[in-house]
Amino acid sequence: MTISFKAESFRGDYSFRNSAAAIDRFPFPFDRDEYMYSVNIEQHNPGPANAITEFPIDIDEHYVSEMQDRAIVLKEDPLRCQSLPHMIMAEWDLVELLMTSMSQHYPEHFTLNRDGDHWHWINRPLGIEQRFIFGEVATLPCGPMEYITRQCQGDFALLDQRDNNLWMDAGMVTTQADWSLDFNIGMNFMEWHAPVPLAHDMGVFERALKFLLNVQQGKPVRRLNWTMTVNPRLDTSPENYTRWGIEKASVTSENVGEKLHLRVELQAMWRMPRSNALLFSIRCYLIRLDELVTKPKWGRRLHRVLRDLPDQLADYKGITGNRAKIVQWLSQYDDGAPTSPGCAPE
Amino acid sequence: MSGGFPVMVAAAEQAANGVKKLRFVRTDGAALPPYSAGAHVVLTLEGPQRTFRNAYSLLGTTLEGGAYEVAVQRAAESRGGSAFVHEMLQEGAHLTISAPLNLFSLNHTGRHHVLVAGGIGITAIHAMAEELAMRGASYELHYAMRDEASGAFTQALLSRHGNKVRFYVSAKGERFAVSQALRHQPLGTHLYVCGPERMIDGVLADARAEGWPEGALHAERFAAPAGGEPFMVRLARSGITLKVGEHQSLLEAIEDAGVDAPCLCRGGACGQCETTVLEADGELQHHDHYLSQKERESGAKIMTCMSRLRGRELVLDL
Repeated sequence: MTISFKAESFRGDYSFRNSAAAIDRFPFPFDRDEYMYSVNIEQHNPGPANAITEFPIDIDEHYVSEMQDRAIVLKEDPLRCQSLPHMIMAEWDLVELLMTSMSQHYPEHFTLNRDGDHWHWINRPLGIEQRFIFGEVATLPCGPMEYITRQCQGDFALLDQRDNNLWMDAGMVTTQADWSLDFNIGMNFMEWHAPVPLAHDMGVFERALKFLLNVQQGKPVRRLNWTMTVNPRLDTSPENYTRWGIEKASVTSENVGEKLHLRVELQAMWRMPRSNALLFSIRCYLIRLDELVTKPKWGRRLHRVLRDLPDQLADYKGITGNRAKIVQWLSQYDDGAPTSPGCAPE
Repeated sequence: MSGGFPVMVAAAEQAANGVKKLRFVRTDGAALPPYSAGAHVVLTLEGPQRTFRNAYSLLGTTLEGGAYEVAVQRAAESRGGSAFVHEMLQEGAHLTISAPLNLFSLNHTGRHHVLVAGGIGITAIHAMAEELAMRGASYELHYAMRDEASGAFTQALLSRHGNKVRFYVSAKGERFAVSQALRHQPLGTHLYVCGPERMIDGVLADARAEGWPEGALHAERFAAPAGGEPFMVRLARSGITLKVGEHQSLLEAIEDAGVDAPCLCRGGACGQCETTVLEADGELQHHDHYLSQKERESGAKIMTCMSRLRGRELVLDL
């Protein structure tokens, strides 16, 4: 399958759009007309053809532009990519996972030749060719994690496992929903989840941690998470809040459909073989509401979910200020008809 | 649990008195996946009478060509598994091996690592020393054995790790003085011990007495499930009633009944086989290292790989 990569922007003129095919495969996250936390974790098994879960690592039409946006972010703020010294083995694990998966499932775009430790990597969409020795940092132009994550969509956090906990000790984070690697680096699972409302009292994190500590090699798991973003901006970081926070004030009753985006993250957790670290990959998918309501069931359901969302969750998702306008706008797409179970459009 | 890789024995040799070293490769020629030091695998062995499932630490670190190696000691009171390995498992034999699982991982933030092995516990410790050497980390290795003939890998360890290794041969009256070895270690040192249950308890007790924090102490126990009086089990969801024999574990009996029950380490450590107890006509005997004291007292959970009932019948949510 040859993907035709789009030239678009996630800042400035915000020319990002989804093709009809991209809308069809969008990971709409609500399987019913209401939303509450759950430990919604399942095996990261291959999904149907063209689904975002068809392959372990999904590459889509936005690939080249997303990688250009990441390069801009890193140039302005190199601390979006950090790794503590004991994580070097986990970095190589990540190189192996991404290079093997991308080359196996997208052979038209990526090629990996391995001769023992001598690897040869070709990335055609980005025009990169590199020979290096697996395990020897000096044979790559930068650290192994930075090297490969500049070439793969999604944010990546490498979590060291020790003391019955997970520690965020390395990562590449440039497409995040308002959290900061620079702030979280070195924190454990309970610490970096401390700001999440309600869930602590529900015991969600104890159960989730116990589960994640036992994720096995070769058996990754996944979940979807969601929030909303004004304008198709990938880099909604605390570091740049001054730039994107103000854009929330640009929403009017008239422009909701083009300004507001549902932001869905496909989060996957993988046991890394050589380091025993846990990889947390966070792949962001954006869809503007104009695009989303082309699927009548999604329009109806999103209206009901946002209308009935508990206030604390609306606050945490950062939509309180515009919630009334969004719900009002979506209501024109909700005729009150029943919706079918499951996330699929119809 | 089902799954895993079909493998064959590519090499089998005597590594020491009563210790057999086996090398496995995949039957389809593909490489077995890499792993981290301290990881173990579960071998599924089809014996003439029954199926054995035994956990063994992987030797060395990830080997060139994607092979795995384990060393198996013939247990004095073998439940059948190690005797089967020693008598029946020859080059060319076929079996199934699980994906590696690591419950005894190195703490890579450690400034210095003290590795302690007793007897066949050297297998996991051997892998850890190799990984630390490869990483250029600071470490020392203490290896206690009954006599020189039963100590596996001594020559290989000496030539790889030189003066970082100390041997203690109890037949020659040598004893590993734990508290002395631990007393002058720098802050940030981690201790790893693998060996017989009594040795582990002794080393950890000495370390605690020396004021070592819990987070710096690491142990792996490969205790076989204790036998006991037979009892009956009813699996409420499957509607199956079965008997757990004297020398059988609860998990083994469930597996023999054809139920694919959750499990991983088969040593009471990983938590995967945690099962809800619906009724217990008798006293639960917990032998795992997973459930908290509070959970044990509640009587609501049991780890099927290690624990059993002393009494008449157990009803499980399976």
